Amino acid sequence: MYILVTYDVNTETKAGRRRLRQVAVICKDFGQRVQFSVFECQVEPARYEEMKHRLTKTMNPDEDSLRIYRLPGQREQHIETYGVDRYVSFEEPLIF
Amino acid sequence: MKPLLNTLYVQAQGSYLRLDHETLKLEVERKLVGQVPLQHIGGMVVFGNVMVSPFLMHRFGDDGRSLVWMSQAGRFKCRLSGPVTGNVLLRKAQYTAQSEPTAAFHIARNIVAGKVKNSRTVVQRAAREAEDAADRVALEEASTFLAASLRAAGRARSLDEVRGVEGRAGRVYFEVFGRMVRMNRDAFVFNGRNRRPPRDRVNALLSFVYALVRGDCVAACEGVGLDPQFGYLHALRSGRPSLALDLMEELRPVIADRLVLSLINRQQLSGRDFEPRPGGSVNLTEPGRKTVLAAYQSRKQKETTHPVIGQSVPLGLVPHLQARLLARHLRGDSAAYLPFTPK
Repeated sequence: MYILVTYDVNTETKAGRRRLRQVAVICKDFGQRVQFSVFECQVEPARYEEMKHRLTKTMNPDEDSLRIYRLPGQREQHIETYGVDRYVSFEEPLIF
Repeated sequence: MKPLLNTLYVQAQGSYLRLDHETLKLEVERKLVGQVPLQHIGGMVVFGNVMVSPFLMHRFGDDGRSLVWMSQAGRFKCRLSGPVTGNVLLRKAQYTAQSEPTAAFHIARNIVAGKVKNSRTVVQRAAREAEDAADRVALEEASTFLAASLRAAGRARSLDEVRGVEGRAGRVYFEVFGRMVRMNRDAFVFNGRNRRPPRDRVNALLSFVYALVRGDCVAACEGVGLDPQFGYLHALRSGRPSLALDLMEELRPVIADRLVLSLINRQQLSGRDFEPRPGGSVNLTEPGRKTVLAAYQSRKQKETTHPVIGQSVPLGLVPHLQARLLARHLRGDSAAYLPFTPK
């Protein structure tokens, strides 16, 4: 399934900046960054639970905010993009 | 069913692959040029001077993801193999089948029948599409011969006979292979199969694609717990993945030859995508290889109806399914090994 993950992490403190980095690292394990705090991920249900668990464990519920949007069906049908778009489809041939 | 995960191909020379948490990162000259979460990658094929970090190799070994090294020209060099696992009873059945003369012979015969039938499908299709009358006649003749070979395979009584049928059918097939090339004929001259090294463009292309299919077939054998070295049609030889080569026979026309022909006939490749090498061999250039890899990967994602299981599956999963059908037969759960013969 396709999901969109966005977050705000309070970076006023050193611990906050650390959480910000950790949240980004976790998101990268499951998907890719499409904007500064926005990730698109394609995950199996079990992996989705794992991701949610790791993210909620890392964030601070009193200061940070995390939103996960689920896309119904294929992402192409539900996303319009304008301007810079660095999205890479991991289902297309991957040749570097 | 097992999902068909993507294969990552890396041919940028001097690049470095490393593992960062659950993400694979690709760097060229210390600059990050790509990153892919591991969950999207089923295997990786790297060409020439590409470095892979030890921890990434460990991870691939642990997870049973396939990792294959090729020379820059695309010749198979080696692959990573994790601990020997899987079903030891299945492997025992695989070895036992060899010592029962009829068992090995029946498997080999069905493989050859599958290969001949699939070769004939390719030839027939080319005959229908041929614009030149002489080509059409030659292709139709070859098709008739292959039909006869199919019957001969059914009548064969020994492994040697089966191998003879396969050899003759293969010769006839490659005699007319050049006639299936419709575009750019002066650039893509084909006078029979040659390899080690390939000496013309078509042979270079065939060898490259066969090496890719072979890697997938080895992975398929290992994926179901079969020993890729222990085959039936191909004689056992040290270092040779005989079973993977067996599995590959029926898939060559469908997966590889059709791809090669369409790359040429749709003019996705031209003479400029190849370069001569010292010693008379011909190689694909880097952009040429990229075109082939992209086409190979999208061909693998194409859905096809599997005649035995009656389901629509991506072509790239067919080697795995065939390995599983073979395992079922070896364990005695099915009476015969049925080759993959799409319409």
